[in-house]
Amino acid sequence: MEIFFQQLPVVVGALNEGFLQTLKLFAVTLLGAFPLGLIIAFGSLSRIRAISLATQFIIWIIRGTPLMIQLLIVYYFPGLVLHNPIWGGGESGRFLAASIAFIINYACYFSEIYRGGIQSVPVGQTEAGLVLGMTKKQIFFHVTLLQMIKRIVPPISNEIITLVKDTALARIIALQEVIWAGQAFMKGSHGISGAIWPLFFTALYYLVFNGIVTVMLAKFERKLDYFR
Amino acid sequence: MPVLEVRNMRKSFGNVEVLKGIDFTLEKGESLSIIGSSGSGKTTLLRCLNFLERPTAGSIAVNGETLLDCSDPSTLRESQIRQKRLHFGLVFQSFNLFPQYTALENVMIAPVLFAKENRVKDFDKAALKSEAEELFRNIGLSDRMGNYPHQLSGGQQQRVAIARALIMHPDILCFDEPTSALDPELTGEVLRVIRGLSEQNTTMIIVTHEMEFAREVADKVIFMDGGKICEQGDPHEVFNHPKEERTKQFLSRYSQK
Repeated sequence: MEIFFQQLPVVVGALNEGFLQTLKLFAVTLLGAFPLGLIIAFGSLSRIRAISLATQFIIWIIRGTPLMIQLLIVYYFPGLVLHNPIWGGGESGRFLAASIAFIINYACYFSEIYRGGIQSVPVGQTEAGLVLGMTKKQIFFHVTLLQMIKRIVPPISNEIITLVKDTALARIIALQEVIWAGQAFMKGSHGISGAIWPLFFTALYYLVFNGIVTVMLAKFERKLDYFR
Repeated sequence: MPVLEVRNMRKSFGNVEVLKGIDFTLEKGESLSIIGSSGSGKTTLLRCLNFLERPTAGSIAVNGETLLDCSDPSTLRESQIRQKRLHFGLVFQSFNLFPQYTALENVMIAPVLFAKENRVKDFDKAALKSEAEELFRNIGLSDRMGNYPHQLSGGQQQRVAIARALIMHPDILCFDEPTSALDPELTGEVLRVIRGLSEQNTTMIIVTHEMEFAREVADKVIFMDGGKICEQGDPHEVFNHPKEERTKQFLSRYSQK
């Protein structure tokens, strides 16, 4: 027990640093995947068949293969296969590669949720906008969008909470996120080795952060309660 | 010159021809009721007039200007359709108010966006608001302007939808079964508003199943059957002395109710 309290400050310091990387990946993924998902959704809803089929094909690939493999391909393919290591070495290169893999992966999941949301807004809303002389763009941004957002908050919330934990996959390309930092104490890190509890301890970080995310999402959902 | 002239309008969905050549004219200030059984093409006709459907053949002219002529591709450009449809207003059976906006915002949003998009320099939002408030007085909902649609009854929602259409100053205001989604108690308040518009000589086309109302408000009645105009004319003539066998049949079924 005494050893635990000696190790605790060191471990928490290292885990905090790792969790910061986790949070960065989480935030960048959301910032990229929210808008990219919308573009993909428009692609799969396109009336031009070639575009909608191509988009659906991409969604099939991305959703049909493990994110872990996608991470490996994005990170290693340019260097090992094309002999053009675009990511550069070091943590920043790994972060960039991980961000791109995560953004594409999550954008595909989001796009399907968006698509469902857009299609669930009654066609009468669009028609009402049209007969009032609104442009299609105005109708989307001023009529459809908010109704769609209201409908997709619950499924998107699910994805967001999953994303918090999925960030752990990035350690497959040695991104130094929180689990990577916890695991390091088994082999030896900061003068501590053979300790497994820091790895278990990382779960607490996810749990607390997901608690905060859940409360925030619930608040947002309530904010949209003013209309039906 | 008639305000509206529809010539040989046809509309097919796949192999099904829903409109089989519709011809009629409407004078300024007239109200026209269109009656007929479900599936006779009444709603499709209104949707064609509002450019929600493109007719397969035929033409539409408003105030002598040809808005659409299926034999003239230059009238079919998507970019001009938006401007053209502003000649018409449409009140839907299911109201279709925008749920995230208050009643007042619902009425004001289209002209506000229109001004913004066309960069109208002297756009006077205060004047628009007072016009909207005047409309709310006319529909008897001055005290409900701040309410969201779900806080209003169906009849109130439909009255707001009428105000929303009126603020765009359409040449011709169309109603697609405006009371069919309402229970009988709420029908009256909507019909009162429409009757008021008719007394102010608003040019209107009303698709309705309210026969009494059609007879009383309309200056002209069209009875549609199977995608064609079966009979048209003065409401008293059509209702009291129908010439066509099919009209008699339809009206007698209604009077039995």
